[in-house]
Amino acid sequence: MVVVTINPITRLEGHGKISIFLDEKGDVKRAFLQIPELRGFEKIAIGRHPEDMAQITPRICGVCPWAHHMASAKALDDLYKVKPPSAAVKIRELAYNIFMLEDHALHFFVLAGPDFVIGPRAPRAERNVIGMMKKLGAETVKRIVLTRKKLRDAEALIGGKPVHPVMALPGGVSKPLTEDDRRELLSVAAAGLELADTAYKLLKDLLRNEEYVKLITGDIYVHETYYMGLVDDKNRVNFYDGKIRVVDPKGREHAKFDVHDYLKYIAEHVEPWTYARMSYLRTVGWKGLVDGEDSGLLAVGPLGRLNAADCMATPRAQAAYEEMYSTLGGKPTHYTLAYHIARVVEMIQAAERIKELVEDPEITSPDVRSLPTSAPDVGIGVVEAPRGTLIHHYEADERGLIKKANLIVATQNNVARMCLSIEKAAKMLIKGGAVDDGLLNMVEMAFRAYDPCFACATHSIIGRVPLKIEIRDHEGRIIKVITNVD
Amino acid sequence: MNLPAKVKVAFYWNASCGGCEEAIVDLGEDLFKVLEAVDIVFWPVALDFKLEDVERLSDGEIDVAFINGGIRFSEHEKVVKLLRRKSKIVVAYGSCAHLGGIPGLANLWTKASIMDYVYLKAPSVVNESKTLPKEITQTDAGDLELPAFLDALKPLGQVIDVDYYVPGCPPTPNVTLKAIETLLSGKLPPKGAVLGASARALCDTCPLNETKPEKLAIKEFRRPHTFIPDPKKCLLAQGLLCLGPVTRGGCEAKCIKANMPCTGCFGPLDNVLDFGARALSFIASIIDQRDEEGIKKALGPIIDLVGQVYKFSLPSCPLRGLIKRKEV
Repeated sequence: MVVVTINPITRLEGHGKISIFLDEKGDVKRAFLQIPELRGFEKIAIGRHPEDMAQITPRICGVCPWAHHMASAKALDDLYKVKPPSAAVKIRELAYNIFMLEDHALHFFVLAGPDFVIGPRAPRAERNVIGMMKKLGAETVKRIVLTRKKLRDAEALIGGKPVHPVMALPGGVSKPLTEDDRRELLSVAAAGLELADTAYKLLKDLLRNEEYVKLITGDIYVHETYYMGLVDDKNRVNFYDGKIRVVDPKGREHAKFDVHDYLKYIAEHVEPWTYARMSYLRTVGWKGLVDGEDSGLLAVGPLGRLNAADCMATPRAQAAYEEMYSTLGGKPTHYTLAYHIARVVEMIQAAERIKELVEDPEITSPDVRSLPTSAPDVGIGVVEAPRGTLIHHYEADERGLIKKANLIVATQNNVARMCLSIEKAAKMLIKGGAVDDGLLNMVEMAFRAYDPCFACATHSIIGRVPLKIEIRDHEGRIIKVITNVD
Repeated sequence: MNLPAKVKVAFYWNASCGGCEEAIVDLGEDLFKVLEAVDIVFWPVALDFKLEDVERLSDGEIDVAFINGGIRFSEHEKVVKLLRRKSKIVVAYGSCAHLGGIPGLANLWTKASIMDYVYLKAPSVVNESKTLPKEITQTDAGDLELPAFLDALKPLGQVIDVDYYVPGCPPTPNVTLKAIETLLSGKLPPKGAVLGASARALCDTCPLNETKPEKLAIKEFRRPHTFIPDPKKCLLAQGLLCLGPVTRGGCEAKCIKANMPCTGCFGPLDNVLDFGARALSFIASIIDQRDEEGIKKALGPIIDLVGQVYKFSLPSCPLRGLIKRKEV
């Protein structure tokens, strides 16, 4: 037995590990993505003051604290049956779109960008942020970095801190925006649109290269699964609110439901070899780690959202969306690497929405709080995290404390499909015991598309997911080491 | 102790959210300056150094190890012990490594009850075979290993000897920079010092401080969602349980500037062993009621006292592990 262990030690909302097992012939028998991470937030919630959940749950993930902050805020509104004033909803949505743009931009420019801008086969030493500077020009890269800083500062302006914001309360937000704030945010909106434009232009240039289109639409990175995302009343992509829509692998509507019914549609499976629960469609059932119409596996995140919606909510994003599907040969698209394209389409929508909201006269209204009047009971909230659908479900006891919590986190929704992607890449690249050096980057690209990890952030320093594959013989001796570290 | 010109630095994370790494990335331009001054020998999230690389170093060869996150898995314990041996200075970075942090609230429950809820009882879970994640799983292809989930979460100082602490959830860029500057200056403070933050309470530097009455007298505490406070007046004086008076300053009052009270993430002031006990004693001292009934009324809205005063520091409470919640 030959065991290949890839220990990327990158963040999949925790640390992650890939183990690949070869058979006697040296072909891949199985490959596993393991998540060795558990902190027990659903138990931590029990006994807490409900309003504290908006500050406790962001600590699940310091990369997307805003997603938990907002899902929690919405679950709390529901728990107390309180409707926030319209300005408060707009402030939340504004902050949330700023976060979405900032988070997506980091992934596109820094983590995923080098693979395509510099090239998937370029020397590793060039395939990083320094290579990006050479290719795009230092001036462009500097603007990108400055805009990210501007977006982070805007998050702090609205929510106190970019990491672990404090503004959300049941019934609204803790702070209204002033006219001074709005002036500042107008310049953020302009910079945001420019950032999205830069990404889109770059993407269009890349897609002119037939080789890349072939790579994206090749047979290594494709799984026919169900797709899920929030849509508004016109079935347009929405990050902050709406109904959850699921389409089947043919693109037909499988379900459209209010988050209060999520337990009828979403279930979770437990495997003994990972600490992450794996979501699937209860209505289709768990058939193991396989794709196809009979298997309830889901994809969420940018690709899940675009496939599950009928269109985008803003004009320029809609144009980019139409171009994406025409380039990829129709909808839905099952190509995992299309996540990168969908992410840019979403950046455009987020930027356009930021501008709309900042220009909305109501955004500076001082009326940002509704005070709860009823006792807390059951509250369920949903938002689209950058990485996919995120659901918070709380129940309160007779003293008004949380007695039960259930959290469906974006990565849980995607983790089964990620396992498929890794196994498929491994199976296609390792044959007869010959491990191709290209495996490393191909495997990186298989899970990087989902943006599952914190590596995106720290990646800015070196521009690659660090991977090391150790190939051991049956006695555990290392017979070959492949690494992407020079 | 004088540190060499090019300082060898290691970073490691345990049971953390990644916010501490984001905090380092948020140094922005300053990060590049820091990176010029140091030689990173271990940072598994960003650079591909393996434990074997650390094992190969001589004892004490790393100048400073920054470690964030609480200790929750067997793997964490192993790595931090190794890093301790290889490092001259160990810095517990961020609330979780410093005091236990929010994930430390899980210590109110046993390990078994956490596993039981997460993998068996959570309403979305379908698990008829009652499968739980385990350390070794035999599959038809081979054995898969997972690290062990420990009985409780511990802050770093309960597992290895810690030299310095950097507070905050997460530490702010200013605090991080100041801490790094102190370490690089070679003029090291006494062991156990909290770096980068203030020696004074947050309350002393709070922008609302001048509106704080000389003598605080709270008839009844109030919860943040139940009223709209005057943003120009001391939040504590308005009845919000703001822990600014007992919490170390240095955070620039970011939460208070967003009209929300301090929840204590920077931890206690010097010479305070137990943050929660200090906070409780402070709360008791400002209640303006004479009899038991009155005190009950004052504290009435604060039902989850543990979650208020130990939000970031439960595992550092000297009573840790002695009280477990009854299963209901």
